[in-house]
Amino acid sequence: MKNTIAERIYDFLKNFPPFDVLDKDQLFKIASNVKVTYVEKDNFVFKQEESPHEHFYVVKDGAIGLYRGMDNEQILVDICDEGDIFGLRPLIQNDLYLMSAKANEESVLYAVSVEILKEIIETNDKVKKFLIASFSSNIKTPYAKGTNGQLFANIEILQTSNTSFTEIQSAEFTKNPVTTLKTSTIKEAAQIMSSKRVGSILIVEKNNPIGIITDKDLRSKIATGMVSIDESVTKIMSSPVKTYKQKITVAEAQISMIKNKITHLCITKDGTPNSKLIGVLSEHDIVVMHGNNPSLLIKKVNRAKDVNALKYIREKTSNLLLGYIEQNIPIIFISKIISEINEAITIKAIELSIEEMDKQPPVKFGWLALGSQGRKEQLLMTDQDNALVFEDVAPEKYQPTKQYFLQLAKKVTEKLNIVGFEYCPANMMASNPNWCLSLSEWKNQFSHWIKSPSEDAIMMCTIFFDYNLVFGDKKLVYGMSDSIYESIKSFEIFLNFLGRNALRNPPPIGFFRQFLVENDGAHKDHFDIKSRAMMPLVDAARLLTLSHQIKDKNNTISRFKKLTKIEPQNKDLYLSCIDSFRILLQFRTQQGLKNNDTGRYVDLNNLSKFEKLKLKGCFKPIKDVQELLNIRYNLAQMM
Amino acid sequence: MISWFKYKNYPHYWKQYSKKFKQKQPKSIENNRFVIFDTETTGLDFKNDRILSIGAISIFNNIIDVADSFEIYLKQEEFKADTVEIHGILKEGKLTKLSEAEAMEKFINYIGNSVLVAHHTAFDIEMINAALKRLDLPKLKNKTIDTGILYKKLEGKKDNHFNLDALCKEFNIPKNDRHTAAGDAFITALLFLKILATLKKQRNLHYSDLFRVSGQEGLL
Repeated sequence: MKNTIAERIYDFLKNFPPFDVLDKDQLFKIASNVKVTYVEKDNFVFKQEESPHEHFYVVKDGAIGLYRGMDNEQILVDICDEGDIFGLRPLIQNDLYLMSAKANEESVLYAVSVEILKEIIETNDKVKKFLIASFSSNIKTPYAKGTNGQLFANIEILQTSNTSFTEIQSAEFTKNPVTTLKTSTIKEAAQIMSSKRVGSILIVEKNNPIGIITDKDLRSKIATGMVSIDESVTKIMSSPVKTYKQKITVAEAQISMIKNKITHLCITKDGTPNSKLIGVLSEHDIVVMHGNNPSLLIKKVNRAKDVNALKYIREKTSNLLLGYIEQNIPIIFISKIISEINEAITIKAIELSIEEMDKQPPVKFGWLALGSQGRKEQLLMTDQDNALVFEDVAPEKYQPTKQYFLQLAKKVTEKLNIVGFEYCPANMMASNPNWCLSLSEWKNQFSHWIKSPSEDAIMMCTIFFDYNLVFGDKKLVYGMSDSIYESIKSFEIFLNFLGRNALRNPPPIGFFRQFLVENDGAHKDHFDIKSRAMMPLVDAARLLTLSHQIKDKNNTISRFKKLTKIEPQNKDLYLSCIDSFRILLQFRTQQGLKNNDTGRYVDLNNLSKFEKLKLKGCFKPIKDVQELLNIRYNLAQMM
Repeated sequence: MISWFKYKNYPHYWKQYSKKFKQKQPKSIENNRFVIFDTETTGLDFKNDRILSIGAISIFNNIIDVADSFEIYLKQEEFKADTVEIHGILKEGKLTKLSEAEAMEKFINYIGNSVLVAHHTAFDIEMINAALKRLDLPKLKNKTIDTGILYKKLEGKKDNHFNLDALCKEFNIPKNDRHTAAGDAFITALLFLKILATLKKQRNLHYSDLFRVSGQEGLL
């Protein structure tokens, strides 16, 4: 029968992923079951925290904004226009909507049944891969753009890469699962489960799995009094069980669990129910596996015997980073993990270097990461910026002590260089005698910078004030921080100088329309995302926390978070700064990974409309926070 | 007596159809099924012209359901070459064509007691009624809505009279498949939803308002 309407919908959908990879029949089936809705401007398709609908949506005409509510503010996370998909993830993961979808202009939507899509998963490998890609962001991603068409962009990476993604790794299942025979009573099975401390028990017959009882069965069927505990286990077991071969991947396991609405899979010798049970794979195992990768890497760092092992692990970390970015995992989470690994590598490099020295360190010392490393905002491999502080010693011991630490620092920086952190071109490293100082020398240095704030001194402050102790003695660092605050207290005008520095880069947009691009040099016509967008936020956060004498916050996001509490009147502004910074950091990391550089210079011509929009969205808070500094420190007079 | 006798002779599908109108109908826009339909005909004369195709799609709870759509082509002896360029249906085309009797049975089964919606309903309803009459069947019993008249209920549109093309333009509806019955039905369905949404914004809209021919008081 002719179906003109479905044909038209087919013609539309076939231009957009994942529909473009569907077979003709599959797509026609989807098209002929589409439901069409009309949403007026400013009306909601769904709201955050709502239970998922039975359909996900494709924008036919108009534009749908995805908003994430934070406190009383609705933050625009993404705009979906023609052909974009939204609202799919919650359906597949049986989760609530994480964002609200509101029509930014009047829109016509095609609602597609998720049931039909699920059927197709089974037969169409490409769609399956797409879903794998979307599953992988199963850590909640409030700010990621995880719901528009770009979700599908990582299909190819999954196809070509065979390392580092848990999704295509074989799932690690529990071997030798707890079993019982079908002649057992429910009570006996429950006793075995509690003595072995497991949440499920397999019922076997001649070693083949025939059923499973989980905690949930006991809860819903026994505790409710539905079935007596003296009945046979067969009364309440789920049967038959889903069985797979040993090398089932995490993604296959996830899909199977979702499709069959079950939480446990049996692993048997040949993958059929009629062979020997060798293991069980639970939903919990998968959750653990997702979180496990970075901690495995850190374990490997701790076990590393030489610098080459560290180098290898750092390379693995880059893969991990790439994967996380592709999967739209929140940047805060990513930077935490990458910083942890970088720190672990640095610590190991220091430990290995100490072993190489003739003797143990003569006095206590601290190894400091500076700048973006110190702020834990460094995701890509860049230069090393570090410094060393050691305990004050008697004057006659000073030279040998300093020599010891310089030698140690040289070894450490060499190792870090081999690992992939290149030497700092400005020689801002602990192996430089200027930055390998005793505690009192550091105090004097900071005091000097603060009291004679030349342009150079201010620049040094912006780098050295963001230090983070990686290895060594905490007390030394506290001593340094205290002296900084004391010096600032006695010389408050310093903050105004720091403020002037924070405003040296104007808001990056001219009336919200044009990006300011570099006028000359190698990066002509490129947008310097680091100095024009990220540094203003970093500088503002540093200045404001210094002015409140906050000590233990060295990270831009945690600084702003702290500020929301201290200055509740500016809470909204600081929250929007946090969002901007997150997005910019993610953006820069993405750019860096894409172009295999530091990601600092962005070629505007290569950005999509959406990316530009997203970047521009970040600039308003920069402008606002700069205005705040301007007023607070009366900077207009100083400029 | 004669009418009773006649009733008895109606085909089964018609009896089923009639029965559906004896039940109480829901009184809200959300709970009623609307069938938006369009016919392509050999011309504009109720007596001599014939239906070539019927396309329709349903709306329930403000959602257009593509799975519940309807598209048939009719075999007709009456054929006029000069309208082919409008509707594109050839006398001996490749499409599967039904006899008028088969077509009416299918259509009646499809619409049930739903509210019929069309742009300039009167024409399409008359064409269907004429076909029913040739089969010795009574007229359609459904409630009807004319999107042309519904449009006039909008603020400031009382005296406007527009064809489907002009309204598509006003409401930003892409005009794919214009002049196929199914295509026009789909376009009209979108138009219907958009007018409804606008009406709801302008006033507290009740189901019964849809059928009230407002604006006429002003004209009289």
